[in-house]
Amino acid sequence: MKSFTELILKIDSNRKTTAKIQALVDFFDEADDDDKLWTIALFTHRRPKRSVTTAKLREWATELAGIPLWLFEESYHIVGDLAETIAMLVPQTTEIPPIGLSEWIAKIIALKEESEENQKSKVQTYWQGMSRTERFVFNKILTGGFRIGVSRKILTKALAQTLDQEEAIIAHRLMGDWQPDNTTFKKLLIEDHQHDSDAKPYPFYLTYALDKELSEIGLEVEWLAERKWDGIRAQVIIRNQNIYIWSRGEELITDKFPELQALTDLIDDCVLDGELMAFKDGHPLSFHQLQTRIGRKTLSQKLLSEVPVILMAYDVLEYKGKDIRSTPLSARRKILENIIEKAHYFALRLSEAVPFTAWKELMREKSKSRALHCEGLMLKKKDSLYHVGRVKGDWWKWKVEPYTIDAVLTYAMSGHGRRANLYTDYTFGLWENNELVTFAKAYSGLTDQEILQVDQFVKNNSLQKFGPVRSVQPQMVFEIAFEGIAYSKRHKSGVAVRFPRIKRIRLDKKIEEANTLDDLKAMIE
Amino acid sequence: MGKSLLQFTKKGIYCSQAKVYIDPWRPVDKAIVTHAHADHSRKGMKHYLTHHYSIPIMKARLGKNIVTQGLHYGEEITINEVKFSLHPAGHVVGSAQVRVEYNGEVWVVSGDYKTQDDGLSTPFEPVKCHTFITECTFGLPVFLWQPQHHVISSIEEWWQNNQSQNRCSLISAYSLGKAQRILYNLAPLGPIYVHSSVDQMNKAIEESGIRLKNKYQPITKHLSKADFEKALIISPGTTGDNWTKLLGKFNTAACSGWMQLRGMKRRQNLDTGFVLSDHADWQGLNQAIKCTTAENIICTHGYSDIFSAWLREQGLNAHTEQTLFQGEE
Repeated sequence: MKSFTELILKIDSNRKTTAKIQALVDFFDEADDDDKLWTIALFTHRRPKRSVTTAKLREWATELAGIPLWLFEESYHIVGDLAETIAMLVPQTTEIPPIGLSEWIAKIIALKEESEENQKSKVQTYWQGMSRTERFVFNKILTGGFRIGVSRKILTKALAQTLDQEEAIIAHRLMGDWQPDNTTFKKLLIEDHQHDSDAKPYPFYLTYALDKELSEIGLEVEWLAERKWDGIRAQVIIRNQNIYIWSRGEELITDKFPELQALTDLIDDCVLDGELMAFKDGHPLSFHQLQTRIGRKTLSQKLLSEVPVILMAYDVLEYKGKDIRSTPLSARRKILENIIEKAHYFALRLSEAVPFTAWKELMREKSKSRALHCEGLMLKKKDSLYHVGRVKGDWWKWKVEPYTIDAVLTYAMSGHGRRANLYTDYTFGLWENNELVTFAKAYSGLTDQEILQVDQFVKNNSLQKFGPVRSVQPQMVFEIAFEGIAYSKRHKSGVAVRFPRIKRIRLDKKIEEANTLDDLKAMIE
Repeated sequence: MGKSLLQFTKKGIYCSQAKVYIDPWRPVDKAIVTHAHADHSRKGMKHYLTHHYSIPIMKARLGKNIVTQGLHYGEEITINEVKFSLHPAGHVVGSAQVRVEYNGEVWVVSGDYKTQDDGLSTPFEPVKCHTFITECTFGLPVFLWQPQHHVISSIEEWWQNNQSQNRCSLISAYSLGKAQRILYNLAPLGPIYVHSSVDQMNKAIEESGIRLKNKYQPITKHLSKADFEKALIISPGTTGDNWTKLLGKFNTAACSGWMQLRGMKRRQNLDTGFVLSDHADWQGLNQAIKCTTAENIICTHGYSDIFSAWLREQGLNAHTEQTLFQGEE
């Protein structure tokens, strides 16, 4: 694992993307195929199943460190990373002869079948035979939280350079539900895969938020406007009588949407891009209702009839086996319209164009978004290609202003990783009968400067400490922004809000001026 | 029971028998100062008693007109029957622990200290006492320092590596303490420039006849990119200053005990962090406390709650007191 550890060290000690890519290329040039495959797997969040619980790891590490468990826990709260804490606290006593990454992973997988006693003695022996950074990397694999500053883009670029291959092809090949135990480095990246690649999705084209005036992006005639649907972005693949549904997070979610199964008989082979939405009687339902379906392991008939799901399709990337991503959008939409018309099926709808001739008409259209359960509008250039990843300029999302409410900071928790040792995760309350009722947690929205300011406030105004959480004197008011809102039985406040984040600190407001829970409920339509 | 020999008051640590404060944070008549860092040596005192080496540094920071009296390590001074003496704390040049004795009872105020010998500051000497007031900036078992020569060689390696890529090396280090520690210990691999605040501290330390080994020059706006080629630049910070525009391409690194935490390094958006501190690590703190043979331990700045709970488990009578000392940034 030495060379893999060195790779991690190099990536970790340089914030420049070019240096990270170079480190990866150097590693790929030297490493053997199994190690390469596992490296790719780890960086794409494919990891061996957890073989031991973190509770056990804490216990075993504490024993070797010769400290009480409470002191281990305190250290962990401050370090903010379990793998790192263990790496720091366990002393090295011997040196294990070097073996490769894939061999280490085999050892980790083998642990699962061992008795607890054997697991303990093995893990402890491994720990004591490693340097601190090796121990850190080993723990990261063991605990399954491998996030180390290598984005998919960086990995893709490095592999493209190593293999002298196009980035888009590499990105395409890295997708899908491959696992290191059902493929090889050669199969995944080098061999020709026409036959077993039916399930493989294309990389999504991701958009940026509109950051300029409409008049600055060009002429009205060059642009197509659509609703920005509030569902789950998905790619639906129909190939050789099979259907595969991929979420944007690259999860294969076919089974969750039996409504779409029938498409295999209704349409020709194609790959569609669109939004999965709860949709009934000709109208979209709220995202909250869609969520009630996503969490379930099995779908009851009742739920299926109460919350039917459709694909609101807006693009076609492949048609009858041909990749048409470089065909202009206007032509792709014609094909899409034909597909949908021919299918004539309730669960496949076209995301209709919002007609307009002047930019200012779109302003009016945008203001209807909330009532239509939409997030705003999408603007797409009619001659645009279907790009790979996040590319600026051809597609824009133009979202409605979020809901906002003024709430009081009630609890704070220290963050993890980059935010370790700082109070950065906050809980907010709204007034009800002279009490503050928790309504949301928020982690984002403050500048680094503001985080330090709030951190100081929390440290100076703590009431009680519960492990990493502190209750704080109600004193600071924050404006909280969020996207959606609905009644919920699972929340203490009776209301669930979507994607809450901090809009700004309201130093000008006293806590008595914060909003009430009733104010929040009044926002539900 | 009578009053404690030293009390924690709003103005600072106070000896009422001698009417003297140690490292006070509000203006008082008579202050004993452990060392010249800003959170221990504040302005506004009518009289400062401190180690000889600290005087030029304090004058540079607090003004030439402050009234000072210098002591050598081990030299004793008696004020209203209370005996005071200073003992090396190993933290920075001139840093001292303050030993206070009255009626056979001995207290020691550590100020900030480290047990590692940095080669430049007079090394830490444990002092036997009944009550020891300790800092605990790094009072957690995850903080364990490597021997200094390891850290120095990795700084040298980093510098050479940057030189080979035609980048300069910008290292952030306290202007008093770590800056001189680097200057004193680093091999002469190229030109060294220092920020004006570091230059000021260097001059003040050199006034006491201490040599920093490496040659260095202050940064001025008359320098150009060519001057900084292959150079190392030592500065208290690495961002926000206009002069960094003079440098051309550079890599950044910080020297701090906090660099032991990955999260800290990432938050500061640094390329490299060197774990180098002028404070004691977990082992250093525990060893130092053991050597004092003190039964009573008062924990001040740092992880004081956690550290004192740990000491209580070890059978010591430990508690925490609030101060305005800050430890390491």
